Amino acid sequence: MASETSSLVREIRKQPESTVVVLAGDIDLNHSPSLHSALVDVTSERPKRLLLDLREVPYMDSSGVGTMVEVFRRVSAYKGKMVLFGMNPRVRSVFEITKLDRFFTICDTEEQAASA
Amino acid sequence: MTITSNARSLPIVRSAVEKMASLEGFAADDAHELTLAIDEALANVIKHGYNGQPDQPISISLEPVRSADGRAGLSVAVRDRGRQVDPTTIKSRDLAEVRPGGLGVHIIQSVMDEYNYSCPPDGGMLLEMKKYVSKHVAPGEQIGS
Repeated sequence: MASETSSLVREIRKQPESTVVVLAGDIDLNHSPSLHSALVDVTSERPKRLLLDLREVPYMDSSGVGTMVEVFRRVSAYKGKMVLFGMNPRVRSVFEITKLDRFFTICDTEEQAASA
Repeated sequence: MTITSNARSLPIVRSAVEKMASLEGFAADDAHELTLAIDEALANVIKHGYNGQPDQPISISLEPVRSADGRAGLSVAVRDRGRQVDPTTIKSRDLAEVRPGGLGVHIIQSVMDEYNYSCPPDGGMLLEMKKYVSKHVAPGEQIGS
Protein backbone atom coordinates (compact mmCIF):
# COMPACT_ATOMS: atom_id res chain seq x y z
CA MET A 1 0.00 0.00 0.00
CA ALA A 2 1.31 3.45 -0.87
CA SER A 3 2.03 5.60 2.13
CA GLU A 4 -0.31 8.49 2.69
CA THR A 5 1.53 11.79 2.98
CA SER A 6 0.86 14.91 4.99
CA SER A 7 2.89 18.09 5.00
CA LEU A 8 2.57 18.03 8.79
CA VAL A 9 4.46 14.75 9.19
CA ARG A 10 8.09 15.72 9.55
CA GLU A 11 9.49 12.36 10.62
CA ILE A 12 8.42 8.82 11.46
CA ARG A 13 10.80 6.87 13.71
CA LYS A 14 10.05 3.17 13.99
CA GLN A 15 11.54 1.58 17.09
CA PRO A 16 11.12 -1.93 18.50
CA GLU A 17 8.59 -0.92 21.14
CA SER A 18 7.12 2.20 19.62
CA THR A 19 6.66 4.42 16.59
CA VAL A 20 7.26 8.14 17.03
CA VAL A 21 5.56 10.51 14.58
CA VAL A 22 6.96 14.04 14.63
CA LEU A 23 4.42 16.64 13.53
CA ALA A 24 5.15 20.24 12.56
CA GLY A 25 2.77 23.02 11.62
CA ASP A 26 -0.79 24.11 12.32
CA ILE A 27 -3.28 21.23 12.58
CA ASP A 28 -6.43 22.83 11.25
CA LEU A 29 -9.29 22.10 8.87
CA ASN A 30 -6.93 22.51 5.93
CA HIS A 31 -4.45 19.88 7.08
CA SER A 32 -6.45 17.51 9.27
CA PRO A 33 -7.75 15.28 6.43
CA SER A 34 -4.27 14.51 5.07
CA LEU A 35 -2.90 14.09 8.58
CA HIS A 36 -5.68 11.66 9.38
CA SER A 37 -4.81 9.59 6.31
CA ALA A 38 -1.11 9.63 7.16
CA LEU A 39 -1.71 8.53 10.75
CA VAL A 40 -4.15 5.81 9.68
CA ASP A 41 -1.38 4.57 7.40
CA VAL A 42 1.00 4.45 10.38
CA THR A 43 -1.52 2.52 12.48
CA SER A 44 -1.94 -0.07 9.72
CA GLU A 45 1.40 -1.50 10.93
CA ARG A 46 -0.05 -1.76 14.41
CA PRO A 47 2.73 -0.22 16.49
CA LYS A 48 2.36 -1.29 20.13
CA ARG A 49 2.90 2.29 21.18
CA LEU A 50 2.22 5.30 18.98
CA LEU A 51 3.86 8.47 20.24
CA LEU A 52 2.87 11.76 18.62
CA ASP A 53 5.46 14.50 19.03
CA LEU A 54 3.61 17.85 19.06
CA ARG A 55 6.50 20.09 20.08
CA GLU A 56 6.46 21.83 16.72
CA VAL A 57 2.69 22.19 16.46
CA PRO A 58 1.87 25.81 17.31
CA TYR A 59 -1.88 25.55 16.75
CA MET A 60 -4.61 22.93 16.72
CA ASP A 61 -8.35 23.32 16.15
CA SER A 62 -11.23 20.93 16.81
CA SER A 63 -10.65 19.12 13.51
CA GLY A 64 -7.16 18.30 14.76
CA VAL A 65 -8.51 17.11 18.09
CA GLY A 66 -11.06 15.03 16.19
CA THR A 67 -8.26 13.47 14.16
CA MET A 68 -6.49 12.52 17.39
CA VAL A 69 -9.69 10.90 18.68
CA GLU A 70 -10.12 8.85 15.50
CA VAL A 71 -6.51 7.65 15.53
CA PHE A 72 -6.77 6.84 19.23
CA ARG A 73 -9.77 4.65 18.51
CA ARG A 74 -7.87 2.76 15.83
CA VAL A 75 -4.90 2.17 18.12
CA SER A 76 -7.13 1.10 20.99
CA ALA A 77 -8.98 -1.34 18.71
CA TYR A 78 -5.83 -3.45 18.31
CA LYS A 79 -4.93 -2.98 22.01
CA GLY A 80 -2.14 -0.52 21.32
CA LYS A 81 -1.38 2.67 23.23
CA MET A 82 -1.28 6.19 21.88
CA VAL A 83 0.48 8.99 23.75
CA LEU A 84 0.68 12.69 22.92
CA PHE A 85 3.68 14.67 24.10
CA GLY A 86 5.24 18.12 23.85
CA MET A 87 2.03 20.14 23.55
CA ASN A 88 2.41 23.87 23.96
CA PRO A 89 -0.08 25.54 26.35
CA ARG A 90 -2.28 26.74 23.48
CA VAL A 91 -2.70 23.29 22.01
CA ARG A 92 -3.24 21.82 25.45
CA SER A 93 -5.97 24.39 26.11
CA VAL A 94 -8.01 23.04 23.20
CA PHE A 95 -7.93 19.58 24.78
CA GLU A 96 -8.91 21.13 28.12
CA ILE A 97 -11.80 23.15 26.65
CA THR A 98 -13.17 20.03 24.98
CA LYS A 99 -12.54 17.95 28.16
CA LEU A 100 -10.39 15.55 26.15
CA ASP A 101 -7.30 16.13 28.28
CA ARG A 102 -8.83 13.54 30.64
CA PHE A 103 -9.22 11.04 27.83
CA PHE A 104 -5.75 11.10 26.26
CA THR A 105 -2.43 10.22 27.82
CA ILE A 106 -0.52 13.50 27.56
CA CYS A 107 3.14 13.83 28.55
CA ASP A 108 5.67 16.61 28.52
CA THR A 109 8.62 14.71 27.07
CA GLU A 110 9.30 11.77 24.78
CA GLU A 111 10.98 9.91 27.64
CA GLN A 112 7.83 10.19 29.73
CA ALA A 113 5.68 9.21 26.77
CA ALA A 114 7.77 6.11 26.11
CA SER A 115 7.02 4.77 29.57
CA ALA A 116 3.52 6.18 30.14
CA MET B 1 -12.51 41.07 5.29
CA THR B 2 -14.15 38.65 2.93
CA ILE B 3 -12.63 35.26 2.20
CA THR B 4 -13.70 32.29 0.14
CA SER B 5 -14.88 29.16 1.89
CA ASN B 6 -11.54 27.44 1.40
CA ALA B 7 -9.76 26.03 4.44
CA ARG B 8 -6.52 27.42 3.04
CA SER B 9 -7.84 30.88 3.96
CA LEU B 10 -7.99 30.09 7.66
CA PRO B 11 -4.35 30.88 8.58
CA ILE B 12 -4.75 34.33 7.02
CA VAL B 13 -7.73 35.09 9.21
CA ARG B 14 -6.02 33.67 12.31
CA SER B 15 -3.03 35.90 11.75
CA ALA B 16 -5.19 39.00 11.29
CA VAL B 17 -7.28 38.24 14.38
CA GLU B 18 -4.18 37.67 16.54
CA LYS B 19 -2.76 41.01 15.45
CA MET B 20 -5.98 42.90 16.07
CA ALA B 21 -6.40 41.25 19.47
CA SER B 22 -2.89 42.31 20.38
CA LEU B 23 -3.62 45.89 19.36
CA GLU B 24 -6.72 45.88 21.56
CA GLY B 25 -4.74 44.74 24.58
CA PHE B 26 -5.69 41.05 24.73
CA ALA B 27 -3.28 38.82 26.62
CA ALA B 28 -1.87 35.90 24.66
CA ASP B 29 -4.29 33.34 26.15
CA ASP B 30 -7.34 35.50 25.45
CA ALA B 31 -6.12 36.24 21.93
CA HIS B 32 -5.72 32.53 21.30
CA GLU B 33 -9.24 31.80 22.53
CA LEU B 34 -10.68 34.54 20.34
CA THR B 35 -8.74 33.28 17.33
CA LEU B 36 -9.80 29.70 18.02
CA ALA B 37 -13.48 30.66 18.27
CA ILE B 38 -13.41 32.56 14.97
CA ASP B 39 -11.50 29.71 13.33
CA GLU B 40 -14.12 27.23 14.55
CA ALA B 41 -16.95 29.48 13.32
CA LEU B 42 -15.38 29.66 9.87
CA ALA B 43 -14.74 25.92 9.80
CA ASN B 44 -18.41 25.29 10.60
CA VAL B 45 -19.48 27.58 7.76
CA ILE B 46 -17.15 25.79 5.34
CA LYS B 47 -18.23 22.29 6.45
CA HIS B 48 -21.91 22.77 7.15
CA GLY B 49 -23.05 26.06 5.63
CA TYR B 50 -21.43 25.45 2.28
CA ASN B 51 -20.99 21.66 2.45
CA GLY B 52 -17.33 21.98 1.57
CA GLN B 53 -17.73 24.15 -1.52
CA PRO B 54 -14.46 26.13 -1.58
CA ASP B 55 -15.50 29.20 -3.57
CA GLN B 56 -18.31 30.74 -1.53
CA PRO B 57 -18.08 34.07 0.32
CA ILE B 58 -17.62 34.47 4.06
CA SER B 59 -17.36 37.96 5.55
CA ILE B 60 -15.65 38.55 8.88
CA SER B 61 -15.70 41.88 10.66
CA LEU B 62 -14.04 42.84 13.91
CA GLU B 63 -14.82 45.99 15.82
CA PRO B 64 -13.41 47.31 19.09
CA VAL B 65 -15.97 47.42 21.90
CA ARG B 66 -16.07 48.03 25.65
CA SER B 67 -17.68 45.87 28.31
CA ALA B 68 -20.06 47.35 30.86
CA ASP B 69 -17.17 47.53 33.34
CA GLY B 70 -14.89 49.26 30.87
CA ARG B 71 -12.74 46.39 29.60
CA ALA B 72 -11.57 46.45 25.99
CA GLY B 73 -12.93 43.81 23.67
CA LEU B 74 -13.72 42.84 20.15
CA SER B 75 -17.07 42.35 18.52
CA VAL B 76 -16.97 39.78 15.72
CA ALA B 77 -19.49 39.11 12.97
CA VAL B 78 -19.25 36.09 10.68
CA ARG B 79 -21.66 36.29 7.76
CA ASP B 80 -22.22 33.66 5.11
CA ARG B 81 -24.65 32.93 2.29
CA GLY B 82 -24.90 29.24 2.97
CA ARG B 83 -27.59 26.94 4.28
CA GLN B 84 -29.81 28.42 6.97
CA VAL B 85 -30.21 26.53 10.22
CA ASP B 86 -32.67 27.20 13.02
CA PRO B 87 -30.46 29.01 15.56
CA THR B 88 -32.17 27.22 18.45
CA THR B 89 -30.80 23.91 17.14
CA ILE B 90 -27.17 25.07 17.27
CA LYS B 91 -26.00 23.61 20.56
CA SER B 92 -22.93 22.12 22.13
CA ARG B 93 -23.01 18.34 22.32
CA ASP B 94 -22.46 16.12 25.35
CA LEU B 95 -18.72 15.97 25.86
CA ALA B 96 -18.99 12.76 27.87
CA GLU B 97 -19.40 11.06 24.51
CA VAL B 98 -15.84 10.88 23.21
CA ARG B 99 -15.98 11.15 19.45
CA PRO B 100 -14.71 13.50 16.75
CA GLY B 101 -16.93 16.26 15.42
CA GLY B 102 -19.34 18.68 17.00
CA LEU B 103 -16.75 20.38 19.16
CA GLY B 104 -16.63 23.74 17.37
CA VAL B 105 -19.87 25.09 18.86
CA HIS B 106 -18.75 23.99 22.32
CA ILE B 107 -15.48 25.86 21.90
CA ILE B 108 -17.25 29.03 20.74
CA GLN B 109 -19.68 28.91 23.63
CA SER B 110 -16.90 28.19 26.12
CA VAL B 111 -14.47 30.94 25.21
CA MET B 112 -16.63 33.84 23.99
CA ASP B 113 -18.39 36.19 26.42
CA GLU B 114 -21.38 36.64 24.12
CA TYR B 115 -22.59 34.86 21.00
CA ASN B 116 -25.74 34.88 18.93
CA TYR B 117 -26.72 33.02 15.77
CA SER B 118 -29.39 34.45 13.49
CA CYS B 119 -30.90 33.93 10.05
CA PRO B 120 -30.87 37.22 8.11
CA PRO B 121 -33.95 37.65 5.90
CA ASP B 122 -31.84 37.77 2.73
CA GLY B 123 -30.34 34.33 3.36
CA GLY B 124 -27.32 32.67 4.97
CA MET B 125 -26.32 32.83 8.62
CA LEU B 126 -24.94 35.52 10.88
CA LEU B 127 -22.90 34.72 13.97
CA GLU B 128 -22.20 37.68 16.24
CA MET B 129 -19.76 37.23 19.12
CA LYS B 130 -17.97 39.36 21.68
CA LYS B 131 -14.94 38.74 23.79
CA TYR B 132 -13.43 41.10 26.34
CA VAL B 133 -9.98 41.08 27.85
CA SER B 134 -9.84 39.09 31.06
CA LYS B 135 -9.88 40.96 34.33
CA HIS B 136 -6.65 39.36 35.49
CA VAL B 137 -4.39 40.56 32.66
CA ALA B 138 -1.03 41.48 34.15
CA PRO B 139 1.16 44.24 32.73
CA GLY B 140 3.70 42.90 30.24
CA GLU B 141 1.65 39.78 29.53
CA GLN B 142 0.41 40.91 26.16
CA ILE B 143 1.22 39.16 22.93
CA GLY B 144 4.77 39.67 21.80
CA SER B 145 6.07 40.69 25.19
